Amino acid sequence: MNFDYQTRRKLTDRTMVFLCGAAAFIAMIPLVSLILYVLLQGFKRLDWAFLTHLPAPVGVPGGGMANALLGTLTLMLLASLVGLPIGIMAGIYLSEYGKKNKFAWAVRFTSDVLSGVPSIVTGIVAYTLVVKPMHNFSAIAGGIALGFMMIPIVTRTTEELVKMVPHSIREASWALGVPQWQTILAIVIRTAKNGILTGVLLSVARIAGETAPLLFTSFNNQFWPQSPDEPTASLTVQVFTYAISPFKDWQDQAWTGALVLLILVLAINLAARTFFKNPRGLLR
Amino acid sequence: MIDELAEKDKKKEKKKVENQEHRGEARKIEVAHHENEGEQHSLKMKAEGVCAWFGTKQALYDVNMAIYEKDVTAIIGPSGCGKSTLIRCFNRMHETVPGSRFAGDIFLEKDSIFDPRMDPVVVRRRVGMVFQKPTPFPTLSIYDNVAIGLRLNGMRDKKVLDEVVEKSLRKAALWEEVKDSLQKAGGALSGGQQQRLCIARALAIELEVLLMDEPCSALDPISTTKIEELIHELRQNYTIIIVTHNMQQAARVSQRTAFMLNGKLIEYDATEKMFTNPENKLTEDYITGRFG
Amino acid sequence: MNPSAELTDNGGAKPRALPLLSFGKSGFADKFFQKLTAFFAFLILFLAFLTALTLWQASAPTFHKMGWNFLTSSDWDPINGIFGSVPFVYGTIVSSMVALFIAVPFGLGISLFLTELAPMKMRDPVAFLVEILAAIPSVVYGLWGIFLLAPFMRVHVDPVLEALGGALRLPFFKGPSTGLSLFTAGVILSIMILPTITAISREVFEAVPNTYRESARALGATSWETILLSVLKPSRVGLLGAIMLALGRALGETMAVTMVIGNTPQVSINLLAPAHSMASVIANEFSEAVSDLHISALAEIGLLLMVITLVLNIVAHLLVWATAAKFQK
Repeated sequence: MNFDYQTRRKLTDRTMVFLCGAAAFIAMIPLVSLILYVLLQGFKRLDWAFLTHLPAPVGVPGGGMANALLGTLTLMLLASLVGLPIGIMAGIYLSEYGKKNKFAWAVRFTSDVLSGVPSIVTGIVAYTLVVKPMHNFSAIAGGIALGFMMIPIVTRTTEELVKMVPHSIREASWALGVPQWQTILAIVIRTAKNGILTGVLLSVARIAGETAPLLFTSFNNQFWPQSPDEPTASLTVQVFTYAISPFKDWQDQAWTGALVLLILVLAINLAARTFFKNPRGLLR
Repeated sequence: MIDELAEKDKKKEKKKVENQEHRGEARKIEVAHHENEGEQHSLKMKAEGVCAWFGTKQALYDVNMAIYEKDVTAIIGPSGCGKSTLIRCFNRMHETVPGSRFAGDIFLEKDSIFDPRMDPVVVRRRVGMVFQKPTPFPTLSIYDNVAIGLRLNGMRDKKVLDEVVEKSLRKAALWEEVKDSLQKAGGALSGGQQQRLCIARALAIELEVLLMDEPCSALDPISTTKIEELIHELRQNYTIIIVTHNMQQAARVSQRTAFMLNGKLIEYDATEKMFTNPENKLTEDYITGRFG
Repeated sequence: MNPSAELTDNGGAKPRALPLLSFGKSGFADKFFQKLTAFFAFLILFLAFLTALTLWQASAPTFHKMGWNFLTSSDWDPINGIFGSVPFVYGTIVSSMVALFIAVPFGLGISLFLTELAPMKMRDPVAFLVEILAAIPSVVYGLWGIFLLAPFMRVHVDPVLEALGGALRLPFFKGPSTGLSLFTAGVILSIMILPTITAISREVFEAVPNTYRESARALGATSWETILLSVLKPSRVGLLGAIMLALGRALGETMAVTMVIGNTPQVSINLLAPAHSMASVIANEFSEAVSDLHISALAEIGLLLMVITLVLNIVAHLLVWATAAKFQK
């Protein structure tokens, strides 16, 4: 009896340990399958023309997503203009002045809660605030929607990373007769700059892959972006449009678009990691 | 002690006479210098009834202390006696700790540093500080570490900055070791070099008093010797207050020593007297190693 | 006068009058900078307020017309101006539940493997790969879902489930299946929330002090018993928080779901039937809305979605904070 009990214990242990390992292994299957397929299908149509040409009408061979690539970069820039100043400054406030006051607590909590707002809802907000008064879809509206999404991410990472700067560095600066605001800007931020840059890059990578808030803010466009107050194509919306289309050629292009998008997003992610070795806490 | 000082002064005067003979054109400045020598040991800083708290815990009780110009004043005492708190009051660093309170007054020459019109930032430019752990700014180069104080105070002239950086590093006895690697990160230096970099950084702003809070406690014996030699050098131009838990160090580097216990100043006198013939029984017990 | 010359003469020079370098008082600049950063922090509160107000106002017309029926009706007829949110709420909640059902055991298994069992050399590469899952844009998941996952489900998985459902007389799995279904949406969501569950539960496990593990080991516990006793038990509340945060992400996910859920507004107990979700109806119909009322109805769905995720997120954050605070003590 005693022997049986011990055997059962051992067996349970082996089984559960095996299952945990199996879980990790099985989780790799969709990842590998997805990346493999994007690579295989995407490379079929990937050439210089795809990166430099406008989309071709249905039935006409060739064509590319150059305008969408440019549009995505434009949107990233506009979003950064909205999101970075607010996020970084608010992060500085929280870490330097907001140790123990109610206002900072409220900001921190609101920021955490905002980061959970579904991106499509942010899209509706940007539509109501920007598209409706301007009476047309525009890159500005898309940039604002993405910028709103960046704010909580950048705020959080900036706060965490500025907090990591040891207090002794601040004291050393004060002892040199450097005022508090210059201590923060010239010493603390500079010490934390790699980490902050990582946070910024990760947030940019996150919004670069967003589709939902763009569907009815920046919309889509078959031509080169002319000005930020016009509808603007983006890689993500273009991939979506082509993916649900009934045309084989467009579907092939969707894979190539996805490949370009994936390369862009993973490249930014990898770049972020070279600046700061362990961004794990920042990825949420 | 006084005889020793007098002897030293005589030697210096002798040197100066020699210098004057060698460089006639420098006479005027040297004379001015000479006149100033007479004022040596004039009062530089003065603490009056200093009390300090962290939250509700009182760390200092009614400390009165006079700091003389171009002296090295050592503050000794067992850990937790308030010596670091006291030195941090001398450049108003104490008030940067959240929940801290201060009472009493400290004068820098004739001005109270707690005068409401006095900017703590300006006080800290005149009364610099070196900490227990070397704290170079890790992402800044050696050059920038030294130049940053001036630069943040609006100095843009590259030539002046170069000059100040070299001079400060020379004064801190670090120039020869780093002159070829000024662009390297400050964090890459050894512990002793980092501490001297911090001293150079403090000297680069227009400093009068240098506070040193256990500057050698994180260093090896060789680096410690170098810092102690440096303190001797710096004494020519600066007033120095050093907190140390090492009594031998206090005896080696200082002219005056203060002994603190439980937040109170027990005894304050010339170093020689403190270590040979202290007035207070507690001082004697501490110095002879009976506690602490 | 040259400041550097001044510096060299410092030794013998007479005491200078303050200030030494002329920059005025630092207090004003400090106050200004503090106020400036506080203003930007305030913008975050304002943004939250603006989001709520905008959605509230945008959804007001539908609320006037439909009232509380909006929450209880399952009719969605934009042409005739009749709007009920039930099919979308149902689709969102059911697909998210399916996702949790799959992702929670996998996620916990992976993070236990990474924190407790795997050889040190394997931990970082596997964790890195799981993090890559989080970085892949959702539209790419959707593309993969349409062309690979959905056909795979239709051909290989759904028939098995149908047979199983038939044998056990379960109403959940009934054919014929097109591959585009609530179930497929749940599967793709489970892949997408896996990194969230893994990352947060890893943090929770790593926060458990090592002495807990050692004392269980010292009593002769096996690896699995150690995990049960000293790792899973003290981190229950934190894990609940992790699951709720993942659920919040699943509820709001739009693109991948839109592309595989079949976009049919119906309420069916059959998981293999096509359905619709709150996010996917907004994505599908917003830019092609037939009337202002239609837009308003979609905005109200957005408001509803936000309220649900907000409540979930607030509870989840409080739970995660509570466990973190517990271990810090």
